[in-house]
Amino acid sequence: MSEDPAELARQKVEAVYRSDSRRVLATLIRLLGDFDLAEEALHDACRAAVEQWPREGVPANPRAWLVSTGRFKAIDTLRRRARFDASLGELAERLAATAGDATAPEPEELEDDRLRLIFTCCHPALPPDAQVALTLREICGLTTEEIARAFLTLAPTVAQRIVRAKAKIREARIPYQVPSRNELGERLDAVLHVVYLVFNEGYSASLGESLTRADLSGEAIRLGRLLLELLPEPEVMGLLALMVLHESRRAARTSPSGELVLLDDQDRSLWDRAQITEGVALGRRALASRRFGPYTLQAAIAAVHAEAPTAAATDWAQIVGLYDVLLRADPSPVIELNRAVALAMRDGPLVGLVLIDALLARGELAEYRFAHSARADLCRRLGRTVEARASYKRALELTRQETERRFLERRLAEVAR
Amino acid sequence: MKYLCTVWVDEAVLNGLSKHDAETLVADALAYDEELKRSGHFIAANALEPVNTATSIRVRNGKASTTDGPFVETKEQLGGFVLIEARDLNEAIQLASKIPPARVGGVEVRPVRELK
Repeated sequence: MSEDPAELARQKVEAVYRSDSRRVLATLIRLLGDFDLAEEALHDACRAAVEQWPREGVPANPRAWLVSTGRFKAIDTLRRRARFDASLGELAERLAATAGDATAPEPEELEDDRLRLIFTCCHPALPPDAQVALTLREICGLTTEEIARAFLTLAPTVAQRIVRAKAKIREARIPYQVPSRNELGERLDAVLHVVYLVFNEGYSASLGESLTRADLSGEAIRLGRLLLELLPEPEVMGLLALMVLHESRRAARTSPSGELVLLDDQDRSLWDRAQITEGVALGRRALASRRFGPYTLQAAIAAVHAEAPTAAATDWAQIVGLYDVLLRADPSPVIELNRAVALAMRDGPLVGLVLIDALLARGELAEYRFAHSARADLCRRLGRTVEARASYKRALELTRQETERRFLERRLAEVAR
Repeated sequence: MKYLCTVWVDEAVLNGLSKHDAETLVADALAYDEELKRSGHFIAANALEPVNTATSIRVRNGKASTTDGPFVETKEQLGGFVLIEARDLNEAIQLASKIPPARVGGVEVRPVRELK
């Protein structure tokens, strides 16, 4: 590390940017009432810090300095533009009038700004893909290019989603606020859904190919932690527990040659113990609240797996019980399928097969590859080779993922023998 | 800010309501208009006659052409509107979610664009 004060100040700007730029942005959006203006103000403030801090020393409260500098930079910007658009002049003067009395904001209010940002980015009036893009851009600070790479789309597509979302926030006047108590449940569900979507995108992508996509799971877990810090609701705890417990198995999910390894066949010594301990503890706290929901129940199921020393020692009766509760809390054919698989483990493959066949006959899961691969697996265990082969083939037709395809082909070859 | 809440209901569903349910819906809708007036959110509201009473008009090169029916055939039809004054979209959503026909159909909320 250099002893040069200018160099030290520059490093300090970078460190503050890394740790605090999103908080500063969240507050600037509230003060300026506009996402684009706030982003520009953040940039201008950071540029000013790089120039001034080496000369004048690092301010006592760098974050507050960035907020106040950003605000004044934005007022300057608006005044300059007012030459072309008079309405911006009025806005600039209004902001300038309130900027004077900006004593250091309460820390509580600043934390609220981060929550305001989360709830605005995940507003149900925005399309789901825009919610995801906006969350990753504004809250996680990913670039448009990084988001595009992670979701295998083009940067202009992501940029357009973000531009349209910001336009809707402005034009439909989506407020920058934490929802009131009576709206909180529904709105929090939307936020948790976005976080889980980001996690799953990274988690399923981690099979094989791209490492940058796996980073999405890390972003989702960071988001979950931030949310828990700001809003310690049971389901936030439950979702974080679920993500951490899934993440604990990452190293065991693929073989050294990149092949998919199912839960039963995983080398449990590769599971991350620290993550399991954290996930189990979070899950317990959420359950103890008695106000938990589907994420907590799924975390509880993941915890039963995590705590089993071997696949054979899994407490399937407890898992079936948890699925029963989950099915009442959040009825869905996918959960019915998972419950059928758990029942097959507890009571034998035939019991599960009857349930899966009934489910498939209803049609909702006809295109769901895991329904066919689960059926194939049960048929294989029952020695019904012909049926097993047909179901593996159907699952193969429906899968689009390379590692999954190779896995199913291996299984198909096994039953063909 | 003004928001137009358009109310969309499948007319078949509406016609299928029992006499009692239909009367309750009308009474609730009128009562909600009064509630919006008291809270200062009300600008205007009306129910519409069925979609088969609609007439569509386009003017091209100064010439009007008139056709029978709405512009697009939809599963749910425009059955009425409520024009409200709300602080922001969240308040508009809260107010719109209490419009009684939302129970049988749906409500679309759109901000009004002031032409200058």
